[in-house]
Amino acid sequence: MSNPDIIDELAGIVVGSRLDLIRYDRVEARDNAQKSYLALFDPDDQSDVSVRDRFAIASFVAGLHGDDRVTRHYLAQLDAEKPSKAVSSAIEHEVQQGKASGPYGAYPAGPLTRENVTGPAYRVAAANRDVLGSKLTAALEHAHLLVLHPRDAGPAALQALLDTGWSTTGIVTLSQIVAFLAFQIRVVVGLRVLDRKFAADRLDAAE
Amino acid sequence: MTDQVITYPDNIEPNVFTREELGWVPWLQPLSEDELTDRHRAGLVDPSRAKSPYFMLLARDPDILAARTKTDKDIFYNTKTGLPRAEREIAAAATSRTNGCIFCASVHARFAWQHSKRSDDVQKLLGEGIYADIDPSWNAIIDASAALTKTPQGFTESHIDELRRAGLDDVAIVDVINGAAFFNWANRLMLSLGEPTPPAAAA
Repeated sequence: MSNPDIIDELAGIVVGSRLDLIRYDRVEARDNAQKSYLALFDPDDQSDVSVRDRFAIASFVAGLHGDDRVTRHYLAQLDAEKPSKAVSSAIEHEVQQGKASGPYGAYPAGPLTRENVTGPAYRVAAANRDVLGSKLTAALEHAHLLVLHPRDAGPAALQALLDTGWSTTGIVTLSQIVAFLAFQIRVVVGLRVLDRKFAADRLDAAE
Repeated sequence: MTDQVITYPDNIEPNVFTREELGWVPWLQPLSEDELTDRHRAGLVDPSRAKSPYFMLLARDPDILAARTKTDKDIFYNTKTGLPRAEREIAAAATSRTNGCIFCASVHARFAWQHSKRSDDVQKLLGEGIYADIDPSWNAIIDASAALTKTPQGFTESHIDELRRAGLDDVAIVDVINGAAFFNWANRLMLSLGEPTPPAAAA
């Protein structure tokens, strides 16, 4: 895997720009966000989760966040792993089925119950379960929970993963992939908005 | 041995946002200290984390844990420039309040309170939520963090205008973005891999 800074690439940050220089004020965070990406997507050990499955899960998670640029990146990486075209088509279809506004979900019964927000239930479509296989199907259902209604998580959701053959270590990696993407996408979105603001500042200054 | 979840039928999960010191128990088996290899120890970064079931569970994938921990430390502790510690903790607490992570919110509300000494204002965020009216600076940080936390993200240039009006410079604005983004990572692990337990009874 080539090694340009992936957040810079996805946010469209130009070397030497104002935002690039600001990012060097947090160079440890910048470098370790990149190392996190490589640890998850170019791992030394893929005995618990294959790279193909990692990109399939990431493509679905990025799609649920609704960011086209990031989604295209992960789908392209998935296609480079050469699963059948049906796999990426199934993921794209599942993104459309699973998209929702979050976070929604319920709190433990008590004073916060009035803050409960109901959202759509999500299951992988019957037609795609065979294409994706039971492990990846279970992973997408878990990813949907973590992306859109993380406070609804519970031990039963982890049991469902174990029942389809996920190991405890594999579940830790899966959880990190989904949670890391939730971070990476928000940094990309935030920096992109700030970069647009800088461009607007320059226009104002030029007038 | 087939892997199995661990459940806690007798645990009474906290059902309010609080600054008290909660516990947390894992639904999957953490590593035990005698299972730790040098690679696992490198993943833990701080040796004291071997006492934490949360970090000992995450140590099952040590490479991502190490990189994540170092990202976390720079975003929250590198205060030579940018946002002061208390305001970074407010971004973390507001994010946790939005996602509904009672455990993370308790830890970072406590830190925000310790660094700012603003007990009532921290309590207002916990009690009233992200629409609490506190002051222009905290309101702007809370609004921006909550907007970035939503899926799809509702963070716009108007949030940057608000942060600037509250006196934040560009590095501080990146600190808000990083702090809120990072807690979207942390909340999802804490919420999905285990559950909070009540504060230990006062001795």
